[in-house]
Amino acid sequence: MHLMYFTEQPMKDYPQDAGNDIGFTSLLMSNKHFNPVDGSRLYNEFLENYVYAEEMGVDGIMLNEHHNAPFCMQAKANIFASLLAGMTKRVKIVLLGNPLPLNDNPVRLAEELAMIDMISKGRLVSGFVRGGGQEQLATNANPAYNRERFQEAHDLIVKTWTQPGPFRWEGKHYHQRVVNPWALPLQQPHPRIWIPGVISQETIIWAAQNGYPYICLNTSIEDTKKIWQRYDAAAADVGYTPGTEHRGYLIRCHVAETEEKALESARQFLWMDGEFTGRLKPVWASPSGYFSPSSRQTFVEFVAGQSASPTRPRKTFEQQLGDLQIVAGTPEQVVKSLRTIMRETRPGIMAFWGNEGRMTQAAAQTSIRLLGQEVMPALRETAKELDLKSPFEADMPVSRAWAEAQARRQAAE
Amino acid sequence: MAIEWISSVVSVAGTDIHLRRGGKGAPIVVLHRDIGSPDRLKFNDLLAENNEVIVPNCPGFGISPRADWLGNVRDVAALYRGMLGDLGLTGAPLVGLGFGGWIAAEMACFAPHDPGKLVLAGAMGIKPPTGDICDQALIGYIEYVKEGCHDPETFGRIYGERPTSEQLVLWDLCREMSFRLAWKPYMFNRSLPQLLRGVRAPTLIVWGDDDRIVPASAGAVFAESLPLAQQIAIADAGHLIEMEQPDAFAQAVLSFIASK
Repeated sequence: MHLMYFTEQPMKDYPQDAGNDIGFTSLLMSNKHFNPVDGSRLYNEFLENYVYAEEMGVDGIMLNEHHNAPFCMQAKANIFASLLAGMTKRVKIVLLGNPLPLNDNPVRLAEELAMIDMISKGRLVSGFVRGGGQEQLATNANPAYNRERFQEAHDLIVKTWTQPGPFRWEGKHYHQRVVNPWALPLQQPHPRIWIPGVISQETIIWAAQNGYPYICLNTSIEDTKKIWQRYDAAAADVGYTPGTEHRGYLIRCHVAETEEKALESARQFLWMDGEFTGRLKPVWASPSGYFSPSSRQTFVEFVAGQSASPTRPRKTFEQQLGDLQIVAGTPEQVVKSLRTIMRETRPGIMAFWGNEGRMTQAAAQTSIRLLGQEVMPALRETAKELDLKSPFEADMPVSRAWAEAQARRQAAE
Repeated sequence: MAIEWISSVVSVAGTDIHLRRGGKGAPIVVLHRDIGSPDRLKFNDLLAENNEVIVPNCPGFGISPRADWLGNVRDVAALYRGMLGDLGLTGAPLVGLGFGGWIAAEMACFAPHDPGKLVLAGAMGIKPPTGDICDQALIGYIEYVKEGCHDPETFGRIYGERPTSEQLVLWDLCREMSFRLAWKPYMFNRSLPQLLRGVRAPTLIVWGDDDRIVPASAGAVFAESLPLAQQIAIADAGHLIEMEQPDAFAQAVLSFIASK
């Protein structure tokens, strides 16, 4: 079992009234409300918490990025990954992940990731994402080519990591005269690639076909099971049976000394109406061409304000506690709930979204301490009982393609 | 007299283009907007009273299937030139509405002595010297269409107060294809003003006097760049001139086409 700590890096000191006045807290909310003095302090608090999480015993630090919004201060996951590569000693640095379509030069990205892997002495997990709808607008990446760019950038990065240069790349979206970076990953053949997501069936199937672990981002237990069914079916189609090492799960989880304190802090998980990517206009979340063509009608009704979000039905705090989409309480209470999730969904990777919104720094650190020292040891025992193995414990190949190439090489020998 | 509109499909460069044709007489080709076109428009009916009107649906805009190879507006213009040749419509006047105006302008650059006449109505394609072309990516489908109206009643009259799911899907397809063709830079081509200097077609540049989608300053650049251009404003019209002022607009177009 691989157990990670995560935070969205909330810009908790932004003026909340400003968001209430305009009705959204993303994309077009003016950055005149961003105060770099608060930003500087908060970045350093996040760094302190990551280092503390390593001291408290977590296996990994999960990082992500978003743009133009107070719900996430991290505009470039590789920057914190670079810092942690030097500042930590043991934890995996798990990027979930770099939004590939936003990037116009995947070779530069491959270079940066290789540097992080070498500096961290081989502790990088390099997840990739498509980026949210509004990220396409914030960075001017064409949403109509989002999936094509994701796929092509992935292929180019993997080739850059695994095939000696120089070579030339003339693709549809990316063109490189010379691919020959003098920075290659320490981990061979390359860092592990994990794919986080919600319900996008194309991504689930693609991850399964490639043999990449899929990390469900705080989906309900019921939806998580549906995702595994889809993943398993796609894996069966290409000829293998996935194990727990292919399954990851992110849960909003806050621990405190008393239930009362934990619940009070955990309410901050709903600080922007519980919208993971801030309060936004549906058309920003789902620009045309970005979402799956198979669900076009559902999405257009959402965008036109004629139906609820197809991705995340809105639930109250109490409903989410009841459904175990938020877990909060004392270590004993939290362990009990998390064991239920582990039994029901059998993940080999779990990420704990420990602090959010306006939680205090003291509450964030208490939660990290209790997670690391009390909750995680109990979960490791449960993982043994349930035989939940991480990709590292299972020593799974980094990809199906690599496993097949290796098999061919062995057969030839 | 009610005009009968007939649908057909023409294949050009291996790409299917759906057409609607109505009326009899000298042909006029009408190129639709980035939001597509309603099946029936009074403006089209008026043009078709004494002319044959041909309205192609651009691949990807909801009726004609999307062609993945189409990557920019110039690709569409080249495809449409081929279509006009195949249909025996060389020399026909081109009426381009908004985004369709951009396509028409590019077509004229490809073949400066054809079309015989060019009408550009609130045309995209040029970076306005002042203001910006309204970015539909930031607003909803309905909001975008409403932004194109001078009169708030226009929207309900054309699309109903609550558009159907089918209409929303259609707008979404149109929007996706617009992004494929014109995402960056958004809705203009820097080389267009220069190329327009070579166009020999007499051109009518029409702008609604309340166009909030394409600033009128872009119209002035069209007028300066095209050697044989005249410019008119239509009163009480937004970007969607043909929906808001069909009579005045059709009359202006017909008299321009009839003029020597």
